[in-house]
Amino acid sequence: MARFEILVTYKRGIFDPPGATAERALVNLGYDEVHSVKIGKYIQLEVADGTPEARVREMCDRLLANPVIEEYRIEAVGEA
Amino acid sequence: MRFGVVVFPGSNCDQDVVHAVRLLGHEAAYVWHGDTDLAGYDALVLPGGFSYGDYLRCGAVARFSPVMAEVVRFAERGGPVIGICNGFQILTEAHLLPGALLRNADLKFICRAVPLRVEPSVCRWVELPKGTVLRIPINHNEGNYICDQDTLRRLQDNGQIVLRYCEPDGTRAEGGSAPNGALDDIAGICNVAGNVFGLMPHPERAVDPVSGGTDGRHLLTTIVHRVEGYAG
Repeated sequence: MARFEILVTYKRGIFDPPGATAERALVNLGYDEVHSVKIGKYIQLEVADGTPEARVREMCDRLLANPVIEEYRIEAVGEA
Repeated sequence: MRFGVVVFPGSNCDQDVVHAVRLLGHEAAYVWHGDTDLAGYDALVLPGGFSYGDYLRCGAVARFSPVMAEVVRFAERGGPVIGICNGFQILTEAHLLPGALLRNADLKFICRAVPLRVEPSVCRWVELPKGTVLRIPINHNEGNYICDQDTLRRLQDNGQIVLRYCEPDGTRAEGGSAPNGALDDIAGICNVAGNVFGLMPHPERAVDPVSGGTDGRHLLTTIVHRVEGYAG
């Protein structure tokens, strides 16, 4: 089986309430160097060998991510 | 006149909607999410709840239920489709309505009656004077409406904003009146044709003076009346 890792994050300009909350908490803890925290989703996908990345992209566009608010990055990480 | 109330695994406001429709003197029946025959329904309601546990994103999985292809066809033919709360989220995921609903800005689940202002809109099912203030419960964790600036401009220019969160006197606070952080205080929108209407508040929970007041009944009465005119 082939394995893909998918990172889904909000598009630039989309407010990320959990990220903004973690960002404030880090600053409150004294980490003044923190400029921004974005929180997203990590998805591990195992598929049949030879599955093209275009097919995984289609899965992301249709279900795993919402293109209205999210963007994603796909990484092929070899055999499962 | 007959309303179909779609039941997804995890819907939990279906019975409230059926109760409200019957209270207003019309028929309502449950439509299972696996059904694909929508013959005999004059209007469809996607009720609130947590379809598929809200996994992945609210409404993301429900949108691919077998019934949804038929709901889309029903909507494209001009049929009345109303999505409440999770139903609104499903309608955005299904691209029947623009935008998306994010986590509430303060990360809190909000459950209380809030004032809403009826906006002048192209929604075919709302016949209330613009500026009417209704007090209707909201009950959600993801009601923070968002869309890009072009879409927002289109919503405004086309008259697609049906309901806005407001102050009790009907004005809008400078920093926004939406308890969930929704863009432009948006609580409910419709499509360009005006036949698909999504809203976060729950009018079906405010149909009786002993539980939540009757402002929801006021809103549902106008919807039922207009749908009746359409179904003729």
